[in-house]
Amino acid sequence: MKAIYISSNNILSPLGFNTAENISQISREKSGIKLQNIIGKTPSYAALIDNDYLNQVFKAEAICDIYDFNKLEKMMLLSLIDTISKASFSITDRTLLIIATTKGNIDILNSKINHISKNRAYLPELGKQIKKFFGFKNEPIILSNACVSGVLAIAVAKRLIQNEFYDNAFIVGGDLISEFTISGFQSLQAISDRPCKPFSKYRNGITLGESAASLAITSTNNSEKTIQIIGDGSSNDANHISGPSRNGEGLYRSIQSALKESKTSPESLDYISAHGTGTSYNDEMEAIAFNRAKLENVPVNGLKGYFGHTLGASGIIETIVGLHSMNNNTLYTSLGTDELGVSVPLNVIRNTQKKNIKTILKTASGFGGCNTAIVFKKIKF
Amino acid sequence: MKDLSIIAYCSIKDNTIKLNNTTRVAKDPKLSFLEFAKKAYKEQVLDYPKFFKMDNLSKLAFLASDVLCNSDIIKNEHKEHMAIVLSNRSSSLDTDRKYQATIIDPKNYYPSPALFVYTLPNITIGEISIRHKIKGENAFFVLNKFNAEILTQYAISLIENKKSNLVLCGWVDYDEKKYNAFMYIVARNGIYKHSKEFINKIFNSN
Repeated sequence: MKAIYISSNNILSPLGFNTAENISQISREKSGIKLQNIIGKTPSYAALIDNDYLNQVFKAEAICDIYDFNKLEKMMLLSLIDTISKASFSITDRTLLIIATTKGNIDILNSKINHISKNRAYLPELGKQIKKFFGFKNEPIILSNACVSGVLAIAVAKRLIQNEFYDNAFIVGGDLISEFTISGFQSLQAISDRPCKPFSKYRNGITLGESAASLAITSTNNSEKTIQIIGDGSSNDANHISGPSRNGEGLYRSIQSALKESKTSPESLDYISAHGTGTSYNDEMEAIAFNRAKLENVPVNGLKGYFGHTLGASGIIETIVGLHSMNNNTLYTSLGTDELGVSVPLNVIRNTQKKNIKTILKTASGFGGCNTAIVFKKIKF
Repeated sequence: MKDLSIIAYCSIKDNTIKLNNTTRVAKDPKLSFLEFAKKAYKEQVLDYPKFFKMDNLSKLAFLASDVLCNSDIIKNEHKEHMAIVLSNRSSSLDTDRKYQATIIDPKNYYPSPALFVYTLPNITIGEISIRHKIKGENAFFVLNKFNAEILTQYAISLIENKKSNLVLCGWVDYDEKKYNAFMYIVARNGIYKHSKEFINKIFNSN
């Protein structure tokens, strides 16, 4: 099978509109989560993108009318403008576009939003906007696979390029914070009353975040130092539609599939970027799956203490931070993890520290019982 | 790359369920989807009361997959590693609108967790996986229209990359009372040809 590499990337989050700004904030343990008044009378913690700042940057960078696009579209377009401009390839008829999102322009179901056609709530209509803006030749694939959408998009791109259906791909992921998602997670009693605390004894739910993030993926490498996607796997728990498996079955199987393909042993992994939502069940399930895979000693963090849970963007953002962990040989603090609160051992990163990092594992799990794992490796030619 | 095959296919349209182009259930096309689904459940399923908690999209996907995932078509021991790749145009928008209606009026605000969990299209894959104990690869693609090219490309990739030997592929769309389901199982050996042309032909003729 062909080797597949990451070319360029962008994170557009409340911590900054490019990857360098985001990594710099993370290294200073700055979080984008703040107390916000979004819905109802009770304020809740969330990581929101400032609309005025977004519009100001969008006008300057995209040179477009801000009223022609919805907030999520502006976020995704800006993120892709950066990634496409830095990629080692340009768009041809052999370039794939994958959009990872759970809810797309869901905010326009609310009748107060009038400047955009209601039709744009259909995800393919969001796809058309992005396709048209950049002149992509192929129909975009919109991957809507709950919280694994971002990580799975990377696996889907890798597989389709390896089988020579495309030469390269751009992936963009994003989701908004809306009344829709906030009220829904509230109704499930899944929202934390403080900024989320992944893997902590005191965790009590998720904090929502909004972001977009993008990646360029290619089979042609032309830089001396690069990162290769060496294995991936996904598996369903076949257990419950909105709760994770108690024994971490699907996540365990995904990790085994990714390790097997990449011929990586558990002890040769240098770092795991976990899903780490901060809910009681998810974090416990992940800890059990990592132990079953003999990964309990590998340094691990959950990055949602910085960004909140950004749904469709989360897997891409957390992968990009992982790539920079490799490039900078730095393990970043799992912000919000204080006293460990899972039933089995886990080596959670408590202080940002230097370490030689060559091989990492990224995992995600979501509603519908889905799980995905990918192994990345730093390569020097 | 060895050519792949299709071992069986099914469709649900106009209140009729067909397996390999042979009618299995046919009800009055004037019945609502819910009335049709209840009748189809009584004839084809019977033993799965969780069906009644599902939203329309999941009911549709469940009924289609139940026709294909029986032991005459695939052995039970082969099901566990089967991949599921579904697609549609409307994502979960039909249920999204129903959920939105529960939060639109601040004075009459009653967000329902039972509705909210169905506001993701891949829940259909979760329901099928639970029913048939399938623990394979998953993907839900939202596409402008039925796209045999993308489905065949991804099914080939899953089999060539040794992620699975069987792939349940399909289209399940439910939007404002209009619905359409079409599913088929891809394997290394089977009766029908796994080609874009053949898949388009059976999608359009069913």
